[in-house]
Amino acid sequence: MAHAAPVQAGLHDCREAWSATLIALALADPRVVAVVNDSVGSSKLGGFQKAFPERLINVGIAEQTMVAVGAGLANGGKVPFVSAAAPFLTGRALEQIKADAAYSNVNVKLVGQSSGVAYGELGPTHHSIEDLAWLRVLKNLAILVPADPAETEAAIRWAHAHEGPVFIRVSRMPVPDLGEQGAYEPGRAVTLREGGDVAILALGTTVHLAMAAAEPLAAEGIAARVVNLRSLAPLDEAAVLDAARTGALVTVEEAHVSGGLGGAVAEVVTAHDPVPVERLGFPGFVPTGSVEWLFDTFGLSPEGIAAAVRRAIARKT
Amino acid sequence: MRLPNDFLPLIREKALWMRRRAFRMVYEAQLGHPGGDFSATDIVATLYFGVLRHDPKNPADPNRDRFVMSKGHATGVLYTALAASGFYPEDWLDTYMQPESRLNGHPNRNYLPGVETNTGPLGHGLPVATGIAIAAQLDRAPWRTFVLTGDGELQEGSNWEAMMTAGHRKLAGLTLIVDRNRLQQGAGTEETNGLDPLDEKIRAFGWDVEVVDGHDHAALLEVLGAPVGDRVKPLCVIANTVKGKGVSFMENKAAWHHGVPNADQFDQAMKELV
Repeated sequence: MAHAAPVQAGLHDCREAWSATLIALALADPRVVAVVNDSVGSSKLGGFQKAFPERLINVGIAEQTMVAVGAGLANGGKVPFVSAAAPFLTGRALEQIKADAAYSNVNVKLVGQSSGVAYGELGPTHHSIEDLAWLRVLKNLAILVPADPAETEAAIRWAHAHEGPVFIRVSRMPVPDLGEQGAYEPGRAVTLREGGDVAILALGTTVHLAMAAAEPLAAEGIAARVVNLRSLAPLDEAAVLDAARTGALVTVEEAHVSGGLGGAVAEVVTAHDPVPVERLGFPGFVPTGSVEWLFDTFGLSPEGIAAAVRRAIARKT
Repeated sequence: MRLPNDFLPLIREKALWMRRRAFRMVYEAQLGHPGGDFSATDIVATLYFGVLRHDPKNPADPNRDRFVMSKGHATGVLYTALAASGFYPEDWLDTYMQPESRLNGHPNRNYLPGVETNTGPLGHGLPVATGIAIAAQLDRAPWRTFVLTGDGELQEGSNWEAMMTAGHRKLAGLTLIVDRNRLQQGAGTEETNGLDPLDEKIRAFGWDVEVVDGHDHAALLEVLGAPVGDRVKPLCVIANTVKGKGVSFMENKAAWHHGVPNADQFDQAMKELV
């Protein structure tokens, strides 16, 4: 879409990795099908449609049926990847995700495209900042939030191999390659930078921002650990508790500030080892603005994260 | 070869047993939805004992016919049909609604063999069945997909989304049966949010529609047991039924949607269900 932020040199739109990976999986596994709600373009599935016209099931603008059809295709032996803009996939079809996918515990993959505030000026109807809070409490449902193209490919491949329902956030926000992060396994966080004064726990599009915040903090004498959680469910609770031993935490996610990663981390630390937690995210329906303006305004920037780190450290006992 | 009518005595016997057994479950649990159980009993008995090709000893057989119970609250009829078919021992029915029973107030495929998808919230069965039928269509597989909805349930918009999709994709292997008892939880369907002319509406969505007496086993068997043959559209069978069918004081009474019997009512029903 015209309003999308331009992808600069060295930055990537993770939808490209998603669509290339799906084609590779479909070539190797005839069970793989895609289900969309007139979202071929926004899901970057034009190539898939060309290669496998019969295996691209477009139900039209009908999200409840889209998710239910995915669950039904799984019953019929397929491995369906249901792909649509994240706000409509999760908001419109939430009861189908709950009953048909998670509670029924079927082998359907739900791919929320352009998650978070990627649609910028189009506003809160088109933002998907509530999805992590809505879906985190649904048992059986894995929630994967990849942070760069390689992790997106790994998440899609893991979802394909995993027997059970999965939700994957695929972002269109331009992100850099994070480099080698080791074998992908949901529930196993990666420490991208060591540090003992504070830990920044990040997911998806905010991981590289956390890394960018850590460097100037080091110049101030603050050693900030940066952890990429990789998945919200399962959550790597051991990594969270290990991070809490620094004495202060900052969570940062392209999502509502309540109920998602920040909420999950707060639940874990208050049950075991209470430490100050500064949560960064969006406080609710946000004002009109570009993606960049929204990120900067609500502290999802190297400077905003560094400020949250200083607040967290100031609260250390 | 057995002729279709050879199934009729068995269907009649099983339908009677299912009504008696389901009502005892509801009486003992003092929970359930007996009115909708009884309107659907002849439809479900005809499917399980005259139409569906499946192996209760191998409930995950990829080539089985699928039956999706969209009106998931009518567990009395579904659970008795599955037990009578041999998907699990009959004594499981004794645990209906008890703590940690496999027989929840709405069906759960993870605990109960023969259940295709977890239902309960209305308007879920037809969209899932549409996906199942698309899988069969993609594979050019001969197995069929049946789904039973209530009629009040059709007020959920998700059904009409799925009807558009099924009609558009010409899912001839999909059969929707509407338990048209004309009563929903609180009142008649036509006074709540009218469905008529239901046949014309569904036909306009690209479906073939047949209207039958939903308590006439022979008529149900004829329409549900007929092979797909040259049909190119999905089939909707509007089965005109009576809520509470078979028990005089329950028939056509909305209060028996989730009413439960006292001891006298239970005894009276057992006298009538013979």
